[in-house]
Amino acid sequence: MLSQESLQQIDREIAKYPPDQKQSAVMSALRIAQVEKGWLPKEVIEFVADYLGMPAIAAYEVASFYNMYDLEPVGRHKITVCTNLPCALSGGVHAADYLKEKLGIDFNETTPDGKFTLKEGECMGACGDAPVLLVNNHHMCSWMTKEKIDQILAELEDK
Amino acid sequence: MSGSGLILAGVDGDRTWGLQDYVARGGYSALRKIISEKIPPETIIAELKASSLRGRGGAGFPTGLKWSFMPRSFPGAKYLACNSDEGEPGTFKDRDILRYNPHTVIEGMTIAAYAMGCERGYNYIHGEIFDVYERFEAALAEARAAGLLGQSILGSDFSFELFAHHGYGAYICGEETALLESIEGKKGQPRFKPPFPASYGLYGKPTTINNTETFASVPFIINMGGEAFLNLGKPNNGGTKLFSVSGHVNRPGNYEIAMGTPFAELLEMAGGMRGGRKLKAVIPGGSSAPVLPGNVMMDCTMDYDSISKAGSMLGSGAVIVMDETTCMVKALERLSYFYFEESCGQCTPCREGTGWLYRVVHRIENGLGRKEDLDLLNSVTGNIMGRTICALGDAASMPVQSFIKHFGSEFEYHIENKKCLVPPEVQYEGSQIYVRP
Ligand SMILES: Cc1cc2nc3c(=O)[nH]c(=O)nc-3n(C[C@H](O)[C@H](O)[C@H](O)COP(=O)(O)O)c2cc1C
Ligand code: SF4
Ligand code: FES
Repeated sequence: MLSQESLQQIDREIAKYPPDQKQSAVMSALRIAQVEKGWLPKEVIEFVADYLGMPAIAAYEVASFYNMYDLEPVGRHKITVCTNLPCALSGGVHAADYLKEKLGIDFNETTPDGKFTLKEGECMGACGDAPVLLVNNHHMCSWMTKEKIDQILAELEDK
Repeated sequence: MSGSGLILAGVDGDRTWGLQDYVARGGYSALRKIISEKIPPETIIAELKASSLRGRGGAGFPTGLKWSFMPRSFPGAKYLACNSDEGEPGTFKDRDILRYNPHTVIEGMTIAAYAMGCERGYNYIHGEIFDVYERFEAALAEARAAGLLGQSILGSDFSFELFAHHGYGAYICGEETALLESIEGKKGQPRFKPPFPASYGLYGKPTTINNTETFASVPFIINMGGEAFLNLGKPNNGGTKLFSVSGHVNRPGNYEIAMGTPFAELLEMAGGMRGGRKLKAVIPGGSSAPVLPGNVMMDCTMDYDSISKAGSMLGSGAVIVMDETTCMVKALERLSYFYFEESCGQCTPCREGTGWLYRVVHRIENGLGRKEDLDLLNSVTGNIMGRTICALGDAASMPVQSFIKHFGSEFEYHIENKKCLVPPEVQYEGSQIYVRP
């Protein structure tokens, strides 16, 4: 179900916790699985639960509780924009509007070619860098002007 | 980021985070001293008490006192947790500490583990900052390789294992017991207290949780002595503190200043008001702290006591600055949406109440408000506060109460005229994408 590389990464996470507390690695394991699969289908969550020796329902509860897990397919690139108040004071909403216009989609939508999904985010702990975007959950982009947004979209377009 | 103060002193962006540079700045000398001089744990805790260091995560609880709650002679494992789940809107200091000076957190946690007899610790890092998580992992590897972390630290019989745990997008995991649940691999739902984590914490074992900045301050306190640290600030408000300044200023960023520094000076450091516009309001301690009118804020100094006397909280030290182009109804609407979205749903008053607050503020903002709505908002907050498992219920209520208290006429204007007091085009201009000079 998961590649050898993903399993090795998961094993490294498991090793951080006491031997009888493998479940503690579930958040990381789901993250690693999501990176490989693009999102978290039910079978993948069940596999992760099994791998950690925990009930599937408990892993599913975790996957549905935390915002950054995708329980439905998303575009190849997921872009999350922070629009919370501190960011909004420095252009967070303007940046989000610009992205919507450029991509021709609203929040929680995916472009017809399946390349981009746009999400509205909450505070990312980077408000001094507003506007900020998070690309594919892993890459934070600071001080997003329209030109920089154009640049990022162009780079992602080819990936 | 400013390179002054203690934690950020000599720190130069991404270039100087590593072990070698940290040691060149005097790093790990506090840990070396403790281990080579075999300083008794009680002495360390007494030093912390003398420093009057108060928790930097929001509640401002005295750190030395918290450490003294850990059972001294507990037979099994004891744990330490660092709260780097920085998600309180406006707060972005822990991210800079972790990426620019991660070893000060590692050293501070190791000293804490020594003082409380903890064998293992976890640093819970906010989900959205993956690069910082990787940086912290790299710093941990450096510390282990140098014998500063792990088994038999610096050749002594003291051992401490420390690991990074990555969050994945839930504000509530910043609440300390939700954080513990999350490390256990569960939904991040706060626990009933008591029992407190010092008696029943991670995996049911005694645990102490402190904020990133709290731990980062510890090596400096050991090096300079508690009293000298206290004297940097003012009585009951020891030391320096990082303030995250966001919003309508010319240079948003983190500024580390002595406790008790006038707000006006902090504003000046942050480059003053953007476009020379007029200061309207400040949220001085993260989105959960009550908002204060600009003129009240201009008379405050940046410390727990002064801000609390003015009717708000120093909280996490997140200073959200709003100028005259801000519509206060719209500002509150966005915050109320946040709390509604992030309530974990365990307690009815919070789950239902936050939704109610958001919907009522939303309808006022959209010109559908009713005369009785302000009373309704106040009554809903009254029914939330003090009736929930964790403080998120209060955190959602305090903005509502304070916005109405100080800017009630703007809300009334909205309800009567079905539009903003600040014209939309003025708001639009004032919240443009900010291009750094
Ligand atoms: C809803 C909520 C969110 C919180 N978020 C954070 C946070 O992001 N970081 C933090 O250090 N403390 C946060 N706290 C406070 C913690 O519960 C706890 O008091 C703190 O981590 C203790 O560390 P300190 O004494 O060093 O401040 C939060 C509390 C609540 C109720
Ligand atoms: S107050 Fe809200 S966030 Fe806290 S435990 Fe209750 S429902 Fe959850
Ligand atoms: S409000 Fe956007 S990162 Fe904090």
